[in-house]
Amino acid sequence: MQEPALIPHLFRTEYRKVIAVLCKRFGFDQIEIAEDIASDTFLSAALNWGIQGIPENPVAWLYTVAKNKAKNYLQRKATFTNKVLPESSMQANTITQPDYEIDLSPQNINDSQLQMMFAICHPAIPPEAQIGLSLRILCGFGIEEIADAFLTNKETINKRLFRAKEKLREEKIPIEIPAPEALDNRLASVLTTIYLLFSEGYYSISNNKVLRKELCMEAMRLCYMLVENKHTNKPPVNALLSLMCFHASRFAARIDKNGEYVLYDDQDTSLWDPDLISKGAYYLHLSASGDQLTKYHLEAAIAYWNTQKGDTPEKWENILQLYNRLLQIEYSPMAALNRTFALSKANSKQEAIIEAEKLQLSNNHFYFTLLGELYTGIDNRKAKQHFEKALHLAKTITDKQTIQKKINRLG
Amino acid sequence: MKEFLLVYRADYSFMPDRTPEEMQAMMKRWMDWIGGIAAQNKLVSRGNRLESSGKVIRSDSTVTNGPYAEIKESIGGYSVVKAESYDAAIELAKGCPVLSIGGNVEVREISQM
Repeated sequence: MQEPALIPHLFRTEYRKVIAVLCKRFGFDQIEIAEDIASDTFLSAALNWGIQGIPENPVAWLYTVAKNKAKNYLQRKATFTNKVLPESSMQANTITQPDYEIDLSPQNINDSQLQMMFAICHPAIPPEAQIGLSLRILCGFGIEEIADAFLTNKETINKRLFRAKEKLREEKIPIEIPAPEALDNRLASVLTTIYLLFSEGYYSISNNKVLRKELCMEAMRLCYMLVENKHTNKPPVNALLSLMCFHASRFAARIDKNGEYVLYDDQDTSLWDPDLISKGAYYLHLSASGDQLTKYHLEAAIAYWNTQKGDTPEKWENILQLYNRLLQIEYSPMAALNRTFALSKANSKQEAIIEAEKLQLSNNHFYFTLLGELYTGIDNRKAKQHFEKALHLAKTITDKQTIQKKINRLG
Repeated sequence: MKEFLLVYRADYSFMPDRTPEEMQAMMKRWMDWIGGIAAQNKLVSRGNRLESSGKVIRSDSTVTNGPYAEIKESIGGYSVVKAESYDAAIELAKGCPVLSIGGNVEVREISQM
């Protein structure tokens, strides 16, 4: 690795480990102190390594410094409690040989990160705050990067994180893996956040392509941690990981060299990542146990069919039935639109037009794009009218470009 | 939005023997129909399908094989949908595949009390 890139790289991978362990050790009451110690550690690295060169084992160096800083803090705090507060107090006598060691073993790092994941994704924390905290604490993103991902400024993100930390304290949320009887519910909340994180990267309007891909990769990494742990390795977790693998397999194909979106039908399928597709299939297979059918199972199965090249009746019939079931579990306008598109492929455009007109999603540009698609070849004049409505409603340049392409194709 | 119960009735005893392909096609029609209601965000519960036989307990405590000896058709299933009005609920029910086999759909508004 190039020297100038080493610290940012280590910051991303090691900061989150140090912060998770320190937070777990100190509790949310002292999360700011944990953050300060972690940040100080990297500041020391930047200063020292610049002068003395990079140590042989940079990670061990970081851990030693972090441990010492944390130890100093704990000792100072103990001194304050024991000596500065009245010595006669009963409390002081009960403290015997306190342990100031910080456990930065891989096992404890992993456990702490998982416990933090459950704490941050607690249902009491608003979703937006969960995403911000996840990016900061579980993924080690800088404030600027988070601001960039949300197309906002550092101040807004800082405020959002501050409120989220207050909430963690107010709600006295424990840093632990929930008890077995509560696990499924809490896990559902963690999965929602991971999926939001992934979607933020996959569909976000931020132009920072590298950052967006990293968001997706981080979501997959967090989900992978859950799969790797025997308590949390449940079928819905595998289904979500499968879904993300399938989507991620199309990263290279869905954006062209000019940064423009490439529609699914126009994608160069040789750019689809076969490795991620087979990983997706592997986790989809693992998800097919137990009696719980979640939306992730259905979405992963849809994503699987989307990795199958070409238009076969079997493919579209399967996709249609999966959407029929998905909509019964959870309605969303996008699923309704995709279901109607699948209907046109599996049954007929005529039938899909009748169904599409019942949807009445008249403030949604995707709705008019779909109607435009369905009328294309049947009534091109109507198709054009719908595409123009879509163009009028679309907000982002990317969406407008996509629709314009479709209008141009009508000739 | 009000909620409506859709009750599907048909004379299942006169159902001609159907090939697996026909069964499959019928199943698909049901799935597509329910999926279409769900796509309009108007499905409250897909409900259940019922076995063709049942028992009826009468006020004199006698139990008979039911539902009703005098009526051939029986309830095959039910769903709950939401709609603005009876007319809108009826519009949803019109696509029900049970109508294509000579059955009927009873539409009943669910009392909010």
